[in-house]
Amino acid sequence: MASDSIAITPVAVGARSIGEKIHDWIVTVDHKKLGIMYIVYALIFLVIGGIEATVMRIQLMVPNNHFVSPEVFNQLFTMHGTTMIFFVAMPILFGFANYLVPLMIGARDMAFPRLNAFSFWLTAFGGLLLYFSVFGGNGLYGAGTAPDVGWWAYAPLTAKAFSPGHSSDYWTLSLLVSGFGSIGTGINLIATILCMRCPGMTLGRMPLLAWLNLVMSGMVLITLTPLSAAQIMLLIDRYLGGHFFDTQAGGSAAIWMHFFWIFGHPEVYILIIPCFAFMSEIVPVFSRKPIFGYPVMVGATVCIGFISMSVWAHHMFTIGMSSYANSFFAITSMIVGVPTGIKIFNWIGTMWGGKIQFKTPMLFCIGFLFQFLIAGLTGIMLASAPFDWQLSLSYFVVAHFHYVIVGGILFAIFGAFYYWYPKITGRMLSETLGKMHFWLFLIGFHLTFDFMHIPGLLGMPRRIYTYEAGRGWEAWNMIVTIGVFFQIAAVLVFVWDLVWSFYQGEVAGNDPWDAWTLEWSTASPPPEYNFARIPVVKSRRPLWDAKHPEDPDWKYE
Amino acid sequence: MASLIVAESAIFTIFVVAYIFYIGKSLSGPTPAVLTVPIFATICLLSSSVTMHLAVRALRNAKVGSFGFWWFLTLSLGAIFLIATGLEWHKLVFHDGLTISTNLFGTTYYSLVGLHAFHVTVGLIGLVIVMAFTLLGKMTSKYTERVDVFSLYWHFVDAVWVVVFTVVYVIGR
Repeated sequence: MASDSIAITPVAVGARSIGEKIHDWIVTVDHKKLGIMYIVYALIFLVIGGIEATVMRIQLMVPNNHFVSPEVFNQLFTMHGTTMIFFVAMPILFGFANYLVPLMIGARDMAFPRLNAFSFWLTAFGGLLLYFSVFGGNGLYGAGTAPDVGWWAYAPLTAKAFSPGHSSDYWTLSLLVSGFGSIGTGINLIATILCMRCPGMTLGRMPLLAWLNLVMSGMVLITLTPLSAAQIMLLIDRYLGGHFFDTQAGGSAAIWMHFFWIFGHPEVYILIIPCFAFMSEIVPVFSRKPIFGYPVMVGATVCIGFISMSVWAHHMFTIGMSSYANSFFAITSMIVGVPTGIKIFNWIGTMWGGKIQFKTPMLFCIGFLFQFLIAGLTGIMLASAPFDWQLSLSYFVVAHFHYVIVGGILFAIFGAFYYWYPKITGRMLSETLGKMHFWLFLIGFHLTFDFMHIPGLLGMPRRIYTYEAGRGWEAWNMIVTIGVFFQIAAVLVFVWDLVWSFYQGEVAGNDPWDAWTLEWSTASPPPEYNFARIPVVKSRRPLWDAKHPEDPDWKYE
Repeated sequence: MASLIVAESAIFTIFVVAYIFYIGKSLSGPTPAVLTVPIFATICLLSSSVTMHLAVRALRNAKVGSFGFWWFLTLSLGAIFLIATGLEWHKLVFHDGLTISTNLFGTTYYSLVGLHAFHVTVGLIGLVIVMAFTLLGKMTSKYTERVDVFSLYWHFVDAVWVVVFTVVYVIGR
């Protein structure tokens, strides 16, 4: 296609030193390099968060265990949750968005490259600040190490009186800083998608990944900011003597919950919508059919974006809101399942009648389809307030959201890795190792999270560091922990594959999957300028048009 | 800039909601009755939006001298607003005994008005920088779009003040 890289013999330059190469990465404003840094950063924290989870599971493997103390256990679940949401899921999805969106819309970079770099480094240093708490606490001030207040950091537990020392401040400040980074990326993506599409690419011809990242970015602007506001209020309470959450002065503990969950619930939709985007790009290519119902997919996502802003208090059913409030949030939480279900039907509709190729990216996407459906269903169960009154703060809830996050989000992310790694590095990942990764992880995931629902139903609360024998929970906890080791093995296979294939993988070429969007029209890896000539598109599948000039899409769209 | 304004609006909304939620809930200490309505400061700030608009229009028509004049007026009006806020706070702290830690009213009032004043300050810094460039003779009409985008921020700050003023000095009292 005419937008390949220019074949120019490069002027011979001396090999650059390692210092120059590192400097290049540190000062870069190139969306591709920043995307890669986001992704690598997130993978490192994925391993750290996974270690935190493994330690917790070992502690809970048998009753009355003494693997870690209760204080350390509290720090573990706080750091695990905070790390996984803010320093794994968000960065990895921003990384993919940064890398792919300009390529897919035929642009040379994001709208604000320096803001892009600034956002990345804010996020990166935020994560380092959070983990500095592990070292910087004890010894310096004699009180507080890693935060131990849960990833929701409910006030007034986080007030100065109940959380002396600085552990809560590390939580607050690191998320405040990385929150501003995320807002910057959101602004950047909106400006890029609305202003920098190549000629011919109307909003109706944009890849669904671009559409869904646009919706996600809009949500970021009004979702991360309530958390920032609440955190500023918390800092005012802790250091300036404010009373926002001080019940003794007439303040309200519930107001933190409202502000946090006004952030917290749309946040998980911010996490899942880019994963819907991966599904919408990968499933059509491996079904050899265009996505079923493109306009409905866009409309459903916009609806999800709006409705998700109205469901937050389903995290607060147990605090004693009025029955009107409980009913309202129960109803909206059930309604949000409707557009989501429509999207599931559309992916199935895409696969129906297609010629399915069971390559690794598709395997992970099919896993997503089943698992996200089940996770959504347990969510709908929890949306019913009376059901939630029994199961709130139990392992049923923990099982539900891990089913979404691991079974949904992480599976989609793995799929995205296998699909776009060839574009990013120029090499294919190994199909054999990929399948090994998939099956090991599938077994481990289901051992852990399917069976985790049962202790929840049997009454096991969450955030407890141990439990007594004789409650019928022991066998289930043991199975849950065993599943963890399968997942560890799978992730080790994956990391090995990432490294090995970088040097020894089969060379990919521009378009190893015979796909249809613009990123496959340029070299693998793309040159710094992305496209030699800015492409002009006439349909949603510009590469299909180029490869099939006798049967182009624009005749039918 | 529009996206930034959306995000900032969300932050202000949360502080406004907290303020409204806590109206009348202080257990002790000064009440909103101690507030004097800052009419002069408000007129200054809202006029600064008008002068800002006139400045941008002058620059678009390549009248750099006129631009400099209106820009300086905008800057001055913004500075007067901040000074007036400072004087108001001085009275509240030292005569009425209201600080951010006194009671719920103090906490929510200083947080909300302070957050707005912080945004005015950031805007003022931007105004000063542009003023400096103009006085150094570097301003030309080719920068009109950039100045126009910055003026969006300033108009936003004014719009927020309309909301804060209404909530704090009209509804809350």
